[in-house]
Amino acid sequence: MADTLPSEFDVIVIGTGLPESIIAAACSRSGQRVLHVDSRSYYGGNWASFSFSGILSWLKEYQENSDVVNESPAWQEQILENEEAIVLSRKDKTIQHVEVFCYASQDLHEDVEEAGALQKNHASVISGSPTEAAHSAYLPSEDESLCTVSCEMPTEQTPSSDLEPALEINDVEVTGEKEKRYDDKTCVKSASEEETSENVPTAEDTALPPKKNRITYSQIIKEGRRFNIDLVSKLLYSRGLLIDLLIKSNVSRYAEFKNITRILAFREGRVEQVPCSRADVFNSKQLTMVEKRMLMKFLTFCMEYEKHPDEYKAYEEITFSEYLKTQKLTPNLRYFVLHSIAMTSETACNTVDGLKATKNFLRCLGRYGNTPFLFPLYGQGELPQCFCRMCAVFGGIYCLRHSVQCLVVDKESRKCKAIIDQFGQRIISKHFLVEDSYFSENTCSHVQYRQISRSVLITDRSVLKMDSDQQISILTVPGEEPGTFAVRVIELCPSTMTCMKGTYLVHLTCTSSKTAREDLEPVVQKLFTPYTETEIENEEVEKPRLLWALYFNMRDSSDVSRNSYNDLPSNVYVCSGPDCGLGNDNAVKQAETLFQLICPNEDFCPPPPNPEDIIIDGDSLQSETSEFSVIPEANSETPKESTSLGNPEEASQ
Amino acid sequence: MHGRLKVKTSEEQAEAKRLEREQKLKLYQSATRTVFQKRQAGELDESVLELTSQILGANPDFATLWNCRREVLQQLEAQKSPEELAALVKTELGFLESCLRVNPKSYGTWHHRCWLLGRLPEPNWARELELCARFLEVDERNFHCWDYRRFVAAQAAVPPAEELAFTDSLITRNFSNYSSWHYRSCLLPQLHPQPDSGPQGRLPEDVLLKELELVQNAFFTDPNDQSAWFYHRWLLGRADPQDALRCLHVSRDEACLTVSLSRPVLVGSGTETLLLTVDKSPLAVEWRTPDGRTRPSHVWLCDLPAASLNDQLPQHTFRVIWTAGDAQKECVLLKGDTASISTPCGSTFHPCPALTLVPFYHPFLFSGRQEGWCRDSATDEQLFRCELSVEKSTVLQSELESCKELQELEPENKWCLLTIILLMRALDPLLYEKETLQYFQTLKAVDPMRAAYLDDLRSKFLLENSVLKMEYAEVRVLHLGHKDLTVLCHLEQLLLVTHLDLSHNRLRALPPALAALRCLEVLQANDNAIESLDGVTSLPRLQELSLCNNRLWQPTLLQPLASCPRLALLHLQGNPLCQAVGTSEHLAELLPSVNSILT
Repeated sequence: MADTLPSEFDVIVIGTGLPESIIAAACSRSGQRVLHVDSRSYYGGNWASFSFSGILSWLKEYQENSDVVNESPAWQEQILENEEAIVLSRKDKTIQHVEVFCYASQDLHEDVEEAGALQKNHASVISGSPTEAAHSAYLPSEDESLCTVSCEMPTEQTPSSDLEPALEINDVEVTGEKEKRYDDKTCVKSASEEETSENVPTAEDTALPPKKNRITYSQIIKEGRRFNIDLVSKLLYSRGLLIDLLIKSNVSRYAEFKNITRILAFREGRVEQVPCSRADVFNSKQLTMVEKRMLMKFLTFCMEYEKHPDEYKAYEEITFSEYLKTQKLTPNLRYFVLHSIAMTSETACNTVDGLKATKNFLRCLGRYGNTPFLFPLYGQGELPQCFCRMCAVFGGIYCLRHSVQCLVVDKESRKCKAIIDQFGQRIISKHFLVEDSYFSENTCSHVQYRQISRSVLITDRSVLKMDSDQQISILTVPGEEPGTFAVRVIELCPSTMTCMKGTYLVHLTCTSSKTAREDLEPVVQKLFTPYTETEIENEEVEKPRLLWALYFNMRDSSDVSRNSYNDLPSNVYVCSGPDCGLGNDNAVKQAETLFQLICPNEDFCPPPPNPEDIIIDGDSLQSETSEFSVIPEANSETPKESTSLGNPEEASQ
Repeated sequence: MHGRLKVKTSEEQAEAKRLEREQKLKLYQSATRTVFQKRQAGELDESVLELTSQILGANPDFATLWNCRREVLQQLEAQKSPEELAALVKTELGFLESCLRVNPKSYGTWHHRCWLLGRLPEPNWARELELCARFLEVDERNFHCWDYRRFVAAQAAVPPAEELAFTDSLITRNFSNYSSWHYRSCLLPQLHPQPDSGPQGRLPEDVLLKELELVQNAFFTDPNDQSAWFYHRWLLGRADPQDALRCLHVSRDEACLTVSLSRPVLVGSGTETLLLTVDKSPLAVEWRTPDGRTRPSHVWLCDLPAASLNDQLPQHTFRVIWTAGDAQKECVLLKGDTASISTPCGSTFHPCPALTLVPFYHPFLFSGRQEGWCRDSATDEQLFRCELSVEKSTVLQSELESCKELQELEPENKWCLLTIILLMRALDPLLYEKETLQYFQTLKAVDPMRAAYLDDLRSKFLLENSVLKMEYAEVRVLHLGHKDLTVLCHLEQLLLVTHLDLSHNRLRALPPALAALRCLEVLQANDNAIESLDGVTSLPRLQELSLCNNRLWQPTLLQPLASCPRLALLHLQGNPLCQAVGTSEHLAELLPSVNSILT
């Protein structure tokens, strides 16, 4: 593999998160020779999406906290006298406090499988095409192996040794605080025991008919490929920068989107729909006539609040929530506007920011549907891949599972001139773009990070039942005490291609104040109830039941300034990981800014020319034209398939 | 630079485009020419279909070519076997669909589809409904498609309930949809037929209340959307009143009989005929309008021959039958000097009916020696509330309350204000008179573009109120002074008025309809802006006319007055014409029979 890599590029991008991928695409589009590498076996970094087995492997990696250092050729001897090296980290420290809970009944009685099987499986499921193809040929056997793996995951048995104490403590806390407590461990244990004794015969059955209202863990495992579990939970604002960019650059053709179908609010212990569009207000049964008018009137004003400064100038000094009280809005409406439309909190936001946020929300309404948001089918992780694909179409070269040992800096000019990769190959380039998790502690010793608390749940039904069960919802639960942050809940239905039939995939996100579980569990308990056998018999269960839950913290480096890194040469640019916000504007802005530094005065991701406008003559253009003939035929899986080394130029020849 | 694509410049692109367009135009023109030639030569074969489809595919609005296609298809129908024909129809339907995709609002295309479906022995209506649903999915306000859908639904006999549910779904998506609301107004009466209200009838109260809630949701959500207000008005409105003869008047002096009808008609044209019987034997008479013009009018009159007024019988009974309106009325003229009251037609007459309870539809009757009449009372609910009314005043009352609530939130919404005014009129015009006038003022301020319309509407309402008051007072004198009137209407209601005061208003004309006031003796119209007197014509009893301080600027404007035989006193002070030299002489010449003209 190493032999095939050219030794010189214009831009080397390390990390395949969204901002890096956009920059790679933009550079490649404007004619730069781009090498895009990622040390991981999948695209997207912390922006990735995983199948269920994929996420289990990902978990395993972090729980093991493995410190696998492959033996790599030493780079030290390649550094010349007038050079020095910036060593890159081999270990990802962006994910912490991973905790996983399984509530679904586990109708398996196999022994816990050893870690080796999991490791093997991990590689096969999420890595490159040859193995994957082999596996799809042996689907049953893979399922088997997955099933056995599943036994190992459930709760108490294996979460890595250093997490076990933490679990214990949490359980104690929960039982202490809550009257109606759910001791996860005992529940699961008893459930699994019951199941084992009862369902042994059916569990063996491969064509397991799904029982009504019952999803078992083995079904989740079996249908694991139906899941696309996002590490970051974001949506696209219909008029946000990312949508504009996708359209402008024509990258949108590589992806499909669905409109979020409803905005929800959680109020007085109840989930209700927030009427935000004109049609919603018209159809709403919960608002009185007068409330409808007041809400519409206020929202209409927000649409062009700048034109009526007299209406809000006097309130600029106070918070948005105080300002709302001065408007003719009932408490009901104030809650909707503050938490679900402006999506701000009681204390954090002043009048003008609140109005701005409301306006932005309203501006996005109606472009693609009755809510302002879009969700990419198959998960957020599709988006970086779409841009990578565009980069590859214009000649960018892709290497996954390809780590970089160090950046080589010229002592005299203080410029970076090359990288040395895991094979010891020295690759020259003019510009270097590095995702910040690749920097070692030496580089980041002064950097302060924030944290994002994340939770991913698999549930058995929606938090708010409606005529259609294919709803995609966003729900904001405001922080209860001062100092805690609002929790954003996004519930995805199977038609988003992110979860199996009969389940919902729920993402919770908030800015961390403690560990993810401490931050998010109260909200999870408000909205959901753990899955237990006893409650199945009870028809009166109101809340959706939890089948599986995952908590983790992700590092938020979005507001780290470049200056806080030690000794970065001017041609090394830093991309941050995902931020906590709902939209993707931050990533796009970052990408555009960095692109302008690399290619000043170049258009940022202009639309590709029409095939008929391309002039085909001269030998030098052969390669490009052949590229273009490939585009229409190429199917959307291309980036995935060409994971290890994707160069369509070569592929087409 | 490496990897850079070489693309055409914008000039090259423009040039390529231009050439392409030129080529297209050439093809288009030659194809059109060929089609016309073939049509002229009567060669209506499949080649014409082919050629027209090329052109219509690009421009579906070429109506002549659709006609051409129809001619061809009609010819082929006779020549082809059923199988061939079926294939032909199938391609034609497919072609129409592709044309609709080019232009979903092409009259010609939709019409052609109607025509084609109408000719098919076994049209697939389900498919057509599906097609409509798809086009309305894309544009829910495409009224061409709505039209076609109504056609299809009628042909396929789709149950109104299903169609209603369809309008529901589209209104839910976007309630600014005239077509959808309109369709509801057609479907609901079908779905809930009421025994005595015909196809345009009223709805049962529970349905009505549900619709009102729906439409209220709409105008509380967006009060500036007109479609909902129009539907609201339909819901609260009622069907046209039944045809009726409102008033019948016989005068011995003028030997004349006058009738007033509930709607303007052109007597003598087609089906509109008025039959007169005197003492039960028919009498052929010549009907004319009061102002002598032959056009639809509320009021018609005829001269009576001397024989029908002679004193040989103690009384004469006149009956007028309006054949088309299926209505009739009769009145009696007595012999001798004293006026007396009789009770014909078997109905009980109340000697002093006005101030107390007046039973609805009770005719007012008078029979005298000089004149006799029979008329409906305007004080009964019927007359002036046609704009907006409904069986239950409780419904109106609650509508009024919610509109007032909305008005508090939206003080400047014209639709809300107008609806409040209409509701108040429907509830009780006299009780709400003052409030109504205030709302008019607000409405005029927020909607200055329609100030003149509102002034006229206000004038109309005030005039109605005055008529009601006059009738309650049981007099033939009508005071309309100081009311800011801009227009005179309902004049056909004033057939019996003898004294009319129109002073201190903003009238610019005494309109032709004024000629209907056959009993008018004194007319005061001082201090207006009158510059035309078309209506003061052939008023048989007019003696005194005051027109001081108006805008009459030349003597010839007074020409119509010459036809008023009894006019004796004319006040013209303060008109521009008084300034001119020789006015008095001119006027004396123009109006020789008027004793006294004051200038």
